[in-house]
Amino acid sequence: MKILVCISKSPDTTAKIAFTDNNTKFDANGVQWIINPYDEWFALVRAIELKEADPTTVIHLVTVGGVDVEPIIRKALALGGDEAARVNVDSQDSFYIASQIAEVAKQGAYDIIFTGKETIDYNGSSIGGMVAELLDLPYVALATHFELKGTTAIITREIEGGEEIAEVALPVTVSCQKGMAEARIPNMRGIMAARSKPMKVIEPIAADTLTSIVDFGLPLVKAGVKLVPADHVEELVRLLHEEAKAI
Amino acid sequence: MSVLVFIDTAEGHVKKASLEVLSYGAKVAEQLGTTVEGVVLGTVSEDLAALGKYGVRKIHHVKDGALDHLDAQVYAGVIAQVVNASGASLIIFSNNVDGKAIAPRLSVRLKAGLVSGAVALPDTSNGCVVKKNVFSGKAFANIAVKTEIKIISLSPNAYKIIAGEGTAEVVPFTATVGTPKVKVTSVVKASGEVPLTEAEIVVSAGRGLKGPENWGMVEELAKVLHAALACSRPVADAHWRPHNEHVGQTGIAIAPNLYIAIGISGAIQHLAGVNRSKVIVVINKDPEAPFFKAADYGIVGDAFEIIPKFTEAVKKLKGMV
Ligand SMILES: Cc1cc2nc3c(=O)[nH]c(=O)nc-3n(C[C@H](O)[C@H](O)[C@H](O)COP(=O)(O)OP(=O)(O)OC[C@H]3O[C@@H](n4cnc5c(N)ncnc54)[C@H](O)[C@@H]3O)c2cc1C
Repeated sequence: MKILVCISKSPDTTAKIAFTDNNTKFDANGVQWIINPYDEWFALVRAIELKEADPTTVIHLVTVGGVDVEPIIRKALALGGDEAARVNVDSQDSFYIASQIAEVAKQGAYDIIFTGKETIDYNGSSIGGMVAELLDLPYVALATHFELKGTTAIITREIEGGEEIAEVALPVTVSCQKGMAEARIPNMRGIMAARSKPMKVIEPIAADTLTSIVDFGLPLVKAGVKLVPADHVEELVRLLHEEAKAI
Repeated sequence: MSVLVFIDTAEGHVKKASLEVLSYGAKVAEQLGTTVEGVVLGTVSEDLAALGKYGVRKIHHVKDGALDHLDAQVYAGVIAQVVNASGASLIIFSNNVDGKAIAPRLSVRLKAGLVSGAVALPDTSNGCVVKKNVFSGKAFANIAVKTEIKIISLSPNAYKIIAGEGTAEVVPFTATVGTPKVKVTSVVKASGEVPLTEAEIVVSAGRGLKGPENWGMVEELAKVLHAALACSRPVADAHWRPHNEHVGQTGIAIAPNLYIAIGISGAIQHLAGVNRSKVIVVINKDPEAPFFKAADYGIVGDAFEIIPKFTEAVKKLKGMV
């Protein structure tokens, strides 16, 4: 079994969100970078679990980004990937990024391609579907469970108010979310081992960008909270009904 | 030049999210001086012509039973055929569970730029610029789509359903469907519940509730409000509540009309997933809880005393007692 896990960096969840250059660029000053939580907690850890169940499994990681992503990839390797490839380019366009990943995937003949359900910075939820289309593979988005029965994957995905279970013959591309696995932390042995795991640097292929960011903005701040005394709950209900028209 | 809206269904019924995208599509078409058409895949048990009241004039219906369950690959292939036949240059999806699976594939197939999670009408005065949330709702971005054909997927609950008059012409569309590789074996539905991402009102509780045995009063409040239930991450991690109720930056992002947060501190990661809610009510015994800064209404006090009273007051309002 060969698994490719797509890894993206994202700002730490507590990072201050600000912009520079006339609001056209994210201000990365002082920002801590982490592995995008969906990639790490669900996509990568599920891949590691599959390898634990079948030690012949090979896990490759791929990321698209500059040299500053390397510490993130090392951490992912410390958790359990076997080797990593970094496509040496920064981009915010999903199609461009997906084209780079698809190119790497083509070389590897993977049985399973895992992505996180979205990155917590650009919230695109597009890479998995685009990679699948570029490779002409089936795709299940927002998976909450993934099991293997021989070369058939049994995948549960979120639907409105429930779940849907489907069988897909490998190879398959899956975007992962909560339910797939439980977050882990790397141990000392993993961290040591990661130092000598191969990390290839690949130059990008030519690909189009279909979108571009014009500018960013911050949401309006709330006017302030209206407090209702704890012994006047019916007053809150009245306000919600008459003033906010919310119930 | 027309606008094509993907009308998403579940078990033969048109989803609420589809009414949002139809209303949105009609407005965009008006803005562009063109018409809006719809596409529906699979067996439908509703009168599609009635969707005309949301502004759609023509609906292409591909009835093939192989489309009764989603296989994003097959769906993208069929929708691409409808796009080509209808000459649509803007395709609109809901950024819901199905839209997230199909739209990226269609984007590649048509080489059409995709903006996922739009929160407002596009600015079409000079090209096509779409506003979407980024950084899990902590900011927004304006994205320019540079391609001839464009795809927008609209955030659920971001655009109001507008119903008027009219009926749509429903035309059967014959497409090459192909065999789905994703074979759905079962659908597990929590019956009678309001789906979280579609809910107008969400009642959410956190660690302040102390344990799963105390959720009865939360469920009761949700029931009288006809609300969906949600929870904070530690609550789901401790298995007090199922994972699909976990909202926030690493859970589900929601934007209901009313969000009621009970015993939740309001950590930045929690707020990220819920701050697009129109009205936020916070009930917390700690007046310093950060959530109050993001709230519209609040009560400082003990949830165990307040929630039953809240339920009673709602019942009274609704004439249920
Ligand atoms: C990378 C990362 C991602 C994360 N993603 C998410 C996410 O997606 N969603 C999320 O929710 N969290 C997320 N978190 C966790 C987040 O930081 C907080 O720890 C979490 O939201 C706290 O949950 P809580 O408010 O239920 O619990 P607490 O922070 O423990 O707050 C409990 C609150 O209940 C109040 N309370 C106690 N008793 C009562 C009572 N009797 N009546 C009324 N109020 C009472 C307390 O005053 C307190 O404010 C993430 C954290 C990290 C590091």
